[in-house]
Amino acid sequence: MSTSYVATAGEDAQAKKRGKKGAPSADSERSRGENALGRKLVAPAIVVMLIVTAFPMLRALYLSVFNYSLTAPEDREFVGLQNYVTALTDPLFWRDTGVTVLYMLVTVAIELVIGFVFAMVMHRVVFARGVIRTSILIPYGIITVVSGFAWQFAFSYQNGFVNGWLPFLEADFNWFGDSTPAIIAIMVSEIWKTTPFMSLLLLAGLAQVSEDMIEAAKVDGATWWQRLWKVILPNMRAAIMVAVLFRALDAYRIFDNIAVMTAGAVGTESISFLTYRQTIEQFQLGIGSALSVLLFLSVILIAFLIVKLFKVDLAQARQES
Amino acid sequence: MRKIGVPVGVALILVWCLLPVVWIISLSFKSQSAITNGSPGFFPASGDGAGWANYVDVIENDQFRRAILNSIGISLIATLLSVIIATLAAYAIARLEFKGKKFVLTMALAIAMFPVVSLVGPLFDMWRSIGLYDTWPGLIIPYMSFTLPLAIWTLSAFFREIPWELEQAAQVDGATSWQAFRKVIVPLAAPGVFTAAILTFFFAWNDFVFGISLTSTENARPIPAALSFFVGQDPFNRPASLLAAGAVVSTIPIIVIVLLFQRKIVAGLTSGAVKG
Repeated sequence: MSTSYVATAGEDAQAKKRGKKGAPSADSERSRGENALGRKLVAPAIVVMLIVTAFPMLRALYLSVFNYSLTAPEDREFVGLQNYVTALTDPLFWRDTGVTVLYMLVTVAIELVIGFVFAMVMHRVVFARGVIRTSILIPYGIITVVSGFAWQFAFSYQNGFVNGWLPFLEADFNWFGDSTPAIIAIMVSEIWKTTPFMSLLLLAGLAQVSEDMIEAAKVDGATWWQRLWKVILPNMRAAIMVAVLFRALDAYRIFDNIAVMTAGAVGTESISFLTYRQTIEQFQLGIGSALSVLLFLSVILIAFLIVKLFKVDLAQARQES
Repeated sequence: MRKIGVPVGVALILVWCLLPVVWIISLSFKSQSAITNGSPGFFPASGDGAGWANYVDVIENDQFRRAILNSIGISLIATLLSVIIATLAAYAIARLEFKGKKFVLTMALAIAMFPVVSLVGPLFDMWRSIGLYDTWPGLIIPYMSFTLPLAIWTLSAFFREIPWELEQAAQVDGATSWQAFRKVIVPLAAPGVFTAAILTFFFAWNDFVFGISLTSTENARPIPAALSFFVGQDPFNRPASLLAAGAVVSTIPIIVIVLLFQRKIVAGLTSGAVKG
């Protein structure tokens, strides 16, 4: 019964379950010790993670009910939910939320398609794997600010090359003069930088699909298209959903590219950038904190929607259950 | 179909990944006067080349040198601390049965998805009142919090694969528990720890939001923030080629790490994220 110390974690857990039913003595003492040690080992991680998240978030919640500006800290006064009312009735808030959702939907959809194509190529390729792996990691590792600069200058009509390469554009077309082209330019930078990450997640999922099943479908006469939709995609559903969840939440927080490429001008501002502008640039901690809370709530809402809508089971996806 | 598809796909991937990199390098060799006058085109036009002038300017710029130093120091310290703390936690998660394990994993996941910008306002306020604003620790602490989730997930995935019974086997063969740990477990765990360290370093090196919000001088300002604040003499016409040179310099460490450790990074990214 007491499965010696050689037990692996899995066997150990089983032993403990059995231990709960009967013969408690030695085992329960050991499990109590294990409990205590486990908690001690995770404690530093929990403390560090909470210092910078839970505590400031509570502080934001508290500050959000005050009219509080750092330029006049003495004038701080309690205003109840006024900041939230101000934010939620301001068309700017809704426009920025709309723009942010647009960034999220478009970039994730495009990244999913291109990322999947890249994953298929990497899965099938037999030569130059190291070179491909290295190249795909460069956009992943590069600083987002650098990516933003590279694309901003690429789209610039003064010093860039994009206008020269696209035959249907005038040489002096200003990408950053109007909101639609500026949003496209920002999306290009975002998509360029994050597609590799998406493709690596999808590659891991693709590796889980059994080759036998694909062969069997082939023998049964399924076309390439049918094999893709009926065999490959359903079998890597978990990986796709995890990738979409991660990237969607990441895309909703878009900030760096906007800050570098347009500084929020011509209607490219995202909700993150609006929050930043209020708190750090304008020192309006009261309304800024209200925006922080709203941003936090909207991220939770999106996570909830994706998990519910697509029935993502993170525990199952990571063999955690 | 497959015969042509794969090489075309490979070519596409290479162009996709490398074109903007080649572009920023090419841009960094355009002379600053050419940029001011406008010099469209992928490669510097003849007569617009600057040689290494932009790089010399970047290296001789005190602000930029200081920012590189800040970035290296802050990222390395944050990585070291984060990996140590994450290793403890991941060991507990992979090896021990304790109450609250699910809580730790859920919390790590929640923090990985946290909207960073919603924290900078209150953090800005807090850091100013306790004197952490515009200091190295003021950035190291948030970097640790936000790299811990990734490090814990990656490491616990790695640790779960380690055949721990080897430790006992070594002890049965006469090794002391310290020897068993050092000679058997450490070599098995090292690749995972190392991979987690690389991913953590990338995060810290890449950060922009904390970098611009929690610093005000070159005292602690990291490279991404320094690049974005660098406007040169004419605020309406940014010195594109100089910035490009700075961008290339700040990317060199990333490229070196990627070249050396690409296999480990891919293993870490995928094992940490999807184990289905």
